[in-house]
Amino acid sequence: MKQLWKDFVNGIISENAVLKLMIGLCPVLAISTTVVNGVGMGLATTFVLLGSNLTIALIRNIVPKEIRIPVFIIVIATFVTITDLSMAAYFPALHKTLGIFIPLIVVNCIIMGRAEAFASRNTPVRAIADGLGMGIGFILTLILLSGARELLGNGTIFGASLPFKGFEPALIMILPPGAFFAIGIMIAIFNNLFKLKRDGGHKHGSA
Amino acid sequence: MDLLKLFIAALLVNNIVLMRFLALCSYVGMTAEPGPALGIGWAVTFVMVLAGVVTWFLNVFVLQPLGLTFLSTLIFILVIASLVQLVEIYLRKSIPSLYHVMGIYLPLITTNCAILGLTFINQREGFTLIQSIVNSIGVAWGYTLAMLLLANLRQRIKHSNVPKFLDGYPIVFILTAILAVAFMGFTGMAK
Repeated sequence: MKQLWKDFVNGIISENAVLKLMIGLCPVLAISTTVVNGVGMGLATTFVLLGSNLTIALIRNIVPKEIRIPVFIIVIATFVTITDLSMAAYFPALHKTLGIFIPLIVVNCIIMGRAEAFASRNTPVRAIADGLGMGIGFILTLILLSGARELLGNGTIFGASLPFKGFEPALIMILPPGAFFAIGIMIAIFNNLFKLKRDGGHKHGSA
Repeated sequence: MDLLKLFIAALLVNNIVLMRFLALCSYVGMTAEPGPALGIGWAVTFVMVLAGVVTWFLNVFVLQPLGLTFLSTLIFILVIASLVQLVEIYLRKSIPSLYHVMGIYLPLITTNCAILGLTFINQREGFTLIQSIVNSIGVAWGYTLAMLLLANLRQRIKHSNVPKFLDGYPIVFILTAILAVAFMGFTGMAK
């Protein structure tokens, strides 16, 4: 149980895919203009990640080592197609806004990375814990980034306008340059917080 | 004339990295030096044009007539993965000098989302074969341009005094943001 918890928490801070490992950046920057888009993308990616992690962990002893990468790609692409078609059916508006970034989940390095580094070497239960943790870390990053961009660039939170007047949104934050500014600042903050936390940890004697 | 417009749009106005946010992994990962940035740029150009042509034929002559376009994701990624393998084997055997220049970057290209993204863009816009090729070249050179610009900027900031808070990747993104502001100046040149 303790091991499972460790696998789960791992993906949220210490190996946060976007802020720490710098992978899976493309969809994060492209669709983080509003929180709704961010959450939609995060959930879609998490679903694919869970499905592929579970499937790959289940078949890990059957697949020969030499052809594992193509097998992983097919597994991931299958789950992406399922997500793509379901979203087109149930959330057509969101599906249209996210556009090519839904099919592009296939080449999201987070998913391939977890398949290769974790799911193909561990039991299905641990693979699910890992997928959930990574997915939640990804969703949290997206919520923070898209929240900041939506607030600064559009003057709204979750699509609702601010309760007070006098805040002039800076349009640039929801345009492409704003995405780069925001992620740069966010990574800087994350790095500095993380460093502080690690130093604090040493002081209390915990590794 | 329309083809020129299409080319300019793909190269500058909708620059694949700075405006469409694709291929960011290699963009921040491979631009520490201008040399490798150019090498990977050529390799991407080569594979992009090939992938653009092959997926166009597959899309028009196989997927659309059979009503299988819902399988595009699966098929396009497999096409790109095998294409990269074939190109690598062919280059190593037949043109060693070219292999030496871009061979080591080829395996990295399979997961370069700009290539898969390009095939989707070509498919969704319903381009003809010629338009697909022009668009592929434009996108690929746009990618190379962005890579070279950032690589050279990163060379410059090596010797400058970067705030400690922004040291490392954050300053790379701030530079990219400024590049993106510059590229927004091209908006309106072509659609």
